[in-house]
Amino acid sequence: MLRLEPRGAHSRWWTYASPVLAMALTVVTSAIIFSILGKDPLESLYVFLVAPLVSSSGLPELFVKAAPLILIGVGLSLGFRANVWNIGAEGQYTLGAVFAGGLALAYPDAPALLLIPAMIVLGCVGGMVWAAIPAYLRTHWNANEILTSLMLTYVAQLLLIYLVTGPWRDPEGYGFPQTALFSMNATAPILVDGTRVHLGVLVALLAGILGWVVLTRSVIGFQLRVLGQAPRAARFAGFSQNRLIWLSLLTGGGLAGVAGMFEVAGPVGQLTPQISPGYGFTAIIVAFLGRLHPIGVIFGGLILALSYLGGETAQIDLGMPNAVTGIFQGVLLFFLLACDVLILYRLRGPRARAAGGA
Amino acid sequence: MTGQADSSTGTESNDGAGGATPLLQLTGIVKQFPGCLANDHVDLAIQPGEIHALLGENGAGKSTLVKIIYGVLKPDEGEIRWQGQPIAVQSPNHARRLGIGMVFQHFSLFEALTVAENIALGLTDAADRKGLRARIGEIGRAYGLQLDPDKAVHDLSVGERQRIEIVRCLLQKPKLLIMDEPTSVLTPQEVERLFETLRRLAREGCAILYISHKLEEIRALCERATIMRLGKVVAHCDPRQETARRLAELMIGTELKAASHHGRGGRDGAPRLAVRELSLKSEQQFGTDLKGVSFTVKGGEILGIGGIAGNGQSELMAALSGEMLAQSSDAVVIDNVPAGRLGPRARRALGGCFVPEERNGHGAVRDMSLSENAFLSGYVRQALAWRGLIDAGRSARFAEDVIKSFDVRTTGSGAEARSLSGGNLQKFIVGREVKQGPSVLVVSQPTWGVDAGAAAAIHQALIDLADGGAAVVVISQDLDEIFVLCDRIAVIAEGRLSQTIPVAEASVEQIGQWMGGTHLRDVGASHASA
Repeated sequence: MLRLEPRGAHSRWWTYASPVLAMALTVVTSAIIFSILGKDPLESLYVFLVAPLVSSSGLPELFVKAAPLILIGVGLSLGFRANVWNIGAEGQYTLGAVFAGGLALAYPDAPALLLIPAMIVLGCVGGMVWAAIPAYLRTHWNANEILTSLMLTYVAQLLLIYLVTGPWRDPEGYGFPQTALFSMNATAPILVDGTRVHLGVLVALLAGILGWVVLTRSVIGFQLRVLGQAPRAARFAGFSQNRLIWLSLLTGGGLAGVAGMFEVAGPVGQLTPQISPGYGFTAIIVAFLGRLHPIGVIFGGLILALSYLGGETAQIDLGMPNAVTGIFQGVLLFFLLACDVLILYRLRGPRARAAGGA
Repeated sequence: MTGQADSSTGTESNDGAGGATPLLQLTGIVKQFPGCLANDHVDLAIQPGEIHALLGENGAGKSTLVKIIYGVLKPDEGEIRWQGQPIAVQSPNHARRLGIGMVFQHFSLFEALTVAENIALGLTDAADRKGLRARIGEIGRAYGLQLDPDKAVHDLSVGERQRIEIVRCLLQKPKLLIMDEPTSVLTPQEVERLFETLRRLAREGCAILYISHKLEEIRALCERATIMRLGKVVAHCDPRQETARRLAELMIGTELKAASHHGRGGRDGAPRLAVRELSLKSEQQFGTDLKGVSFTVKGGEILGIGGIAGNGQSELMAALSGEMLAQSSDAVVIDNVPAGRLGPRARRALGGCFVPEERNGHGAVRDMSLSENAFLSGYVRQALAWRGLIDAGRSARFAEDVIKSFDVRTTGSGAEARSLSGGNLQKFIVGREVKQGPSVLVVSQPTWGVDAGAAAAIHQALIDLADGGAAVVVISQDLDEIFVLCDRIAVIAEGRLSQTIPVAEASVEQIGQWMGGTHLRDVGASHASA
């Protein structure tokens, strides 16, 4: 029998090898699922994982899809480091889109040089406002932010539906639940001609780099890490827990709001009830796949962006349901959590004595 | 298991291996941990009915050996014989079925449950729960372990809690009882009672393996001692025939350097730390509220605050360090600046440094490097941050400085705190605070679970700091430590502080009574200070 033996210390090697192993196992499992579904597993894997990249628009599209995941994932990873479990990024993303979208609809003719920065700021504010509610409830009433932030996600979705079916509905939209398309001035500038790569992609990459500096080099990042690993030590050092909770949630909410702003000002181009294919939740997997490390989050974001693209090509080329994306993401999270055991334990082969250890 | 009668053939202890079959015999035990050979061919023989001391510095391998005996760990090599038969102890449950009981240093009791409920939870066999209360009473009377089965644990003193653990073991009728540092939390009176209980058990044939750092206790209680150092057995002896100093030297392998006491009585001058009528509600559910605590400490002076665990020490520490804020800013005054409403950071800026009782997760972060741990409390006074960024170079240099000055055994400032042994981490934490040149240092349990060599170094550092003009407060449950180290002593009981008296005028008996709370009757006089 194989058995687990405590290492007594974190394995640095496995901290980074675990996601790689998890991805390999996920690919193998996906192949098995494909063959059970009656598809050729190798061809399916090619369609799901490779075809989206080799198509002419592949790589740019990957970055477009990854941008919101990275923006949200960076914010979440900072908070998760401090044991602040913001699960409601989806709602903060929605509010960011609503705030920025409202501005875009109100001042469609404002100069882009003013309008776009103002939309970024307002998107950020929108996400922060939504994240401030769980922060207040946590710091004043000790209400669990996992529950409050998650529940607010549904409130945000209903608010969005109310706006696009009610006051903000496009009068020329044949009654569809959507706003008017944003003006050219309110559209995120394209960075690479002939692609959809917009300003948000650059902002996401910068957020990753900035997040890395904050986490590893700054006093604030240190405070977040200490709070997460040893709350009493944080108090001993004089780091205010409430301040750090506010900071974590506002940062996560703000970045999610910016992600929402760029998504509606970029690929979507208007407000509709379907502005997110679950980016706020997928970003949780991104954060863990990236080891709660902002640079890792960039890679994690690209990998999960591929699962969205692959899901689309699998739908078109293989006639598979869209649920393939969700299954792939779920299996990946499952293996990731399982492989993380190897960070603290090592596998040992058969031995005469039974497993020991406390 | 049958009673103890069948194993009581060797009530007279045998000094050698000859004579009766040992109750427990370990031969050539080897246990390797990653990067550390914890037990290196250890031999140990325990005769029925003997009180056997296991002595050694922290990291000497005592805990590992005991865990092997109790079935928590498996040895890599070596043989265990129980009553002459070779066995492999599979688990603590298996050990208990064999007749091995263990009382751990840290109790595992549910505070909100009663004594009887706690004991019932510890029994593996449901059938044992019948008539439990009667048997608790029986054992209590027979061994001087009186307990009220219906009292909730949170109302009990530490000594009483320990009795629960002992009774829990005795219910299983053990042939061998392992006691891990049992007296570290007891008053002198409680220690004496415990010793009577243990002697009585031994007379009835139950062998006792007694683990302790306290050499005087071992000399008073034990007939045989096995001394370990760096994973090996270095000596077997009869502790009654040796001096405490000799035992200590065997244990640490070098000549002991006694702490050199500075000029008694402190210096003239203004108090550097003044606490006035400090009352504070505990944040813990079963914590102790502080009630009108007052004392002052001058520069050059070491004040010891004794007391049994859980009488308000952790609340006092938190109130002094700024982790809990006082009601008024005058309640805590550092160098004439009212600091009662200031947080830890501002108090450090004023010159306060603090060593909390718990090393892991309070004084240090286990998974962070020593360099980061140096930053943790040193960033204010050592200016380790620059424009919101960590100055990694300065932090590492500060950590290296602490490591060097305090002889912390580690691979360097990049090592994680968790890789250090308890004593070494404590040296690092104390060193980190002392090296910041505080005007006021408050230390809680400075040498808890620390070996003799490290304890001497820590004591010397505190004395040197006081000699340099700082005011030092030592909160300790170890009276010996206070008597060796301090100029004046006060005792905290039920959240109130006794009057402060010079150590030279204090007797162990009187302090022991104060620890039991007898000074509470004349509270009015408790605010005086020398």
